[in-house]
Amino acid sequence: MEQALATIISAAHIGAAIALFNGAFTTFGQAKIVAQAIESMARQPEASDDIRSSMFIGIALSETSGIYGLLIAIIMLFANPLVNIFINFVS
Amino acid sequence: MLNVENYWVLKIAGYDVWITETIFNTWIVMAVLIILAIIARMKLKSFKVIPSGFQNVIESLVEIFDNFVTNTMGEKLSYVAPWFFMVFSLVFSSSLFSTIGFRAPTADFITTFALAIVTFLMMVVLGFRHRKGKYLKSLFQPNFVFFPINVLGEMAKPVSLSFRLFGNMLSGTIILTLWYTLTPTLLQIGIPAALHGFFDVIMGFLQTYIFVIISLMYIKGAADE
Repeated sequence: MEQALATIISAAHIGAAIALFNGAFTTFGQAKIVAQAIESMARQPEASDDIRSSMFIGIALSETSGIYGLLIAIIMLFANPLVNIFINFVS
Repeated sequence: MLNVENYWVLKIAGYDVWITETIFNTWIVMAVLIILAIIARMKLKSFKVIPSGFQNVIESLVEIFDNFVTNTMGEKLSYVAPWFFMVFSLVFSSSLFSTIGFRAPTADFITTFALAIVTFLMMVVLGFRHRKGKYLKSLFQPNFVFFPINVLGEMAKPVSLSFRLFGNMLSGTIILTLWYTLTPTLLQIGIPAALHGFFDVIMGFLQTYIFVIISLMYIKGAADE
């Protein structure tokens, strides 16, 4: 029983770590947005205000997937759905 | 600090009403904002044509926000500016509130989801008010087969809007809690100030700005031609 519980908890932690991996890909996407925005700002300095606000919107929209991964990791670590399922199953 | 504490349980008409840390902290933030608003209202009588001091600050705040909303939404829809000024000041002051050691009200899902639900209702109501049948028709674009997908897309908007703010504020709270609990006392002098400055002030301002501007863009997309 203890061993099964330990396996489940470690599986939840590994799952949380994998869910946090999408932060890497989100960062790549955001880096691409910022690089393009800086390039167009250098090309057209008079339009930099418009470009900056659209850049922030794009960054925020692409950050959503990273936030979803973070929430899954937080649920895995602190809300423990798998452990609750296991306890219900045993009792 | 990771869990939201529950202070009291009130019994109202047979239901348990939980007064949590979030609600209590929101009351404090609201009290500060309301007192500021009352002071500004009382000073309004002594305002002059040529502003100075306190009047300068108030006028420039309102003017900057009005211009921001008008630039984003256009002249026709700019009457939503007061509501979003309130949202902006509430969310930003609640993220500033966590710099003095309390839990930010926006680090709880109920606060952000309530604000996002209001944005969603405004989107639907203003869409029907300004475009009438065309708003309903836009759900059937490009084909009637896409109706369920369009409805799901509309439903996902408040969810992603609220999760974005909540996730950012919660990650700041978690990192600061880890720092406060795991490091020795000597490292807790000075360094948390930098962390608070980044996670609460800079990220707080950025996320508030993004919350407001994305709400405005959703409303504009629903209500504008």
